Amino acid sequence: MQRGRSDMSMHKILIAALMISGAQTVVAQQSRFGEPATQADIDKRFWSVFPDGENLPDGQGTAVEGAELFENNCHICHMNPPDKLTDYEPEDPADTLFGGQGTIGTDHMVATIGSYWPYPTTVFNYIRKAMPYTSPMSLTNSEYYALTAFLLSENGIIGENDVINKDTLPKVVMPNHDNFINAYPEVPKKYRTKNE
Amino acid sequence: MTHSKTKTLVVDATDQAAGNGLMSRRFFINSALATGATLASGAPAIAQDAIVGEGQEDWTLYPGDDLPLYGDVSQFEKGRVQRFVAPPTGGRTASSSGRTPHHLLQGTITPSGLHFEVTHHGIPDIDPAKHKVVIHGMVKQPLKWDIEALENYPTVTRKYFMECSGNSRVCWAEKPDQNFMYMTHGLVSGSEWTGIPLSTLLDEVGVSPDAKWIIAEGGDSGSLSRSIPIDKALDDTIIAIYQNGERIRPSQGYPMRLLNPGFEGNTSVKWLRSLYVTDKPVMSRFETSKYTDKLYDGKALQFSLEMDVKSMITRPSSAISLKKKGLYEITGLAWSGRGKIAKVEVSADGGKTWAEAAIEGPVYDKMLTRFRIPWMWDGSPAILQSRATDEAGRLQPTREELLAARGKDAFYHYHAIHSWSVNAKGAIRHVYA
Ligand code: HEC
Repeated sequence: MQRGRSDMSMHKILIAALMISGAQTVVAQQSRFGEPATQADIDKRFWSVFPDGENLPDGQGTAVEGAELFENNCHICHMNPPDKLTDYEPEDPADTLFGGQGTIGTDHMVATIGSYWPYPTTVFNYIRKAMPYTSPMSLTNSEYYALTAFLLSENGIIGENDVINKDTLPKVVMPNHDNFINAYPEVPKKYRTKNE
Repeated sequence: MTHSKTKTLVVDATDQAAGNGLMSRRFFINSALATGATLASGAPAIAQDAIVGEGQEDWTLYPGDDLPLYGDVSQFEKGRVQRFVAPPTGGRTASSSGRTPHHLLQGTITPSGLHFEVTHHGIPDIDPAKHKVVIHGMVKQPLKWDIEALENYPTVTRKYFMECSGNSRVCWAEKPDQNFMYMTHGLVSGSEWTGIPLSTLLDEVGVSPDAKWIIAEGGDSGSLSRSIPIDKALDDTIIAIYQNGERIRPSQGYPMRLLNPGFEGNTSVKWLRSLYVTDKPVMSRFETSKYTDKLYDGKALQFSLEMDVKSMITRPSSAISLKKKGLYEITGLAWSGRGKIAKVEVSADGGKTWAEAAIEGPVYDKMLTRFRIPWMWDGSPAILQSRATDEAGRLQPTREELLAARGKDAFYHYHAIHSWSVNAKGAIRHVYA
């Protein structure tokens, strides 16, 4: 294949074109085989929301509204909060979503949204794109806000009538927020073995 | 593993490389002459009046099958050489893992169908005609590509290991796990990957000088996402479309996946469909709730991305007991997320003495490296261990050292020296030593 070579000449033509046009500033290289991505292309594939609130959608909800949604959409796989156990609790529950506060760093750690997660936006981000497990993305943004509020409230982090939306969610402070240490590019020496 | 005719072997003291029977790396070569030579003669003579094929097996006497369009393993290997997949619990689909049977494999390339996989939201069945990857965010022009468009670019082909940071997770536990090598070392594999350097595509979108991270998202039903440091993305990250010469399989990210050499496997986002260039990490579930390493003091390591220097003895191991005294080959694999393997040492006496193993080259950057050393088992109890050193000079720690540094609940990134105990009967067990 001559790929390498044609690639090269393409590059040269491009540089020549830039020189002829007298371009002084850095111009994005012409794409060889990519097509321009439209906003619709991006929206379909981009689900990330950030701790500072970037990319959070409109809509809102409270824990009170979230309670019923949780019962109908989530409780079949996840346990209720420890103080609200019912006659039905799943036999082989998926990840524990409540409790565990104060256990991190002890001999029996229970890592949950309340005891471990450093950012509230992660809750909304994850459940909106991935839950309910068997039918992700099947609820509305406001319903996902309400469920987020329920998860935060049942973990004792917000009140049950607090409105959660794109402005309020990033302001919620998670109890374990300060306990994460960046290990890139290097694990701090304290947590490395002597010959590493 | 090699059973040899020990009677004909002449061992003198200069062949010993370390305690309890470890021999010089060159022992097999030196002793080849002594062990060969005894076959031939003794085969029963065929009667004069019989057809000449008398005594041959059917496969020698009858033409074999037609050629299959896609080759498969021998029927005698099926069901023997396969991954260990834990059954989904409670009848619920959930995250699961398929683990490579290293004790049954050789070389350094893991067959694609035996490559480990961890999936949190099942394996999507993606129609490549409907799949595109977009690169957007802090760029001059957002662009998209499907697999046919990507195929037009100059490709690179490289061999890399991939390891889940949850590999060897059971070794943090108080008691040594006894599920052969699947549970202790089944979440690492090696492949030859072909793809487009991500830097090529980043050049085309025109990345802002303020960019620090790239958020990669997959098209599975969990839209799995991870934040990749920009220095990595511009260095050796590729968008892989082939594995071991063929298009990557659905379970490995078909039609395209990110591949971050030497990084924890979860960052090599499968079914890749969005790369968002930005100045901050997204703090996704898979870099906060999961894939963070809990320390003894209540802190946790986050973005512990580079895989540590590590090795394992694949044979002999707990699935393979020794049937008689004599000469064996100890072999295994070593790797490091920080470059090439420089040295592997083996001990047969629980770490009291070490001998350097032979390394089978060429040695590649961030790839599994096979080592071998001859061992004369005299029938007494032994503890087999291997420890690797990478080119950055990092030495694989003992279990004690690792637990002292991180505590017992880090869950991820276990990479300490592994120990196999051999008892007088030749049975092998995983032990902490
Ligand atoms: C069919 C079963 C099922 C249903 C229904 C379900 N989940 Fe889940 N959930 C899971 C499984 C399984 C996981 C773990 C996935 C993995 O292993 O990565 C999970 C993980 C989670 C997590 C991450 C927990 C952690 O600690 O990382 C959250 C939060 C969550 N689910 C919330 C919800 C909410 C809210 C609903 C209802 C809208 C819901 N789930 C419905 C099965 C379910």
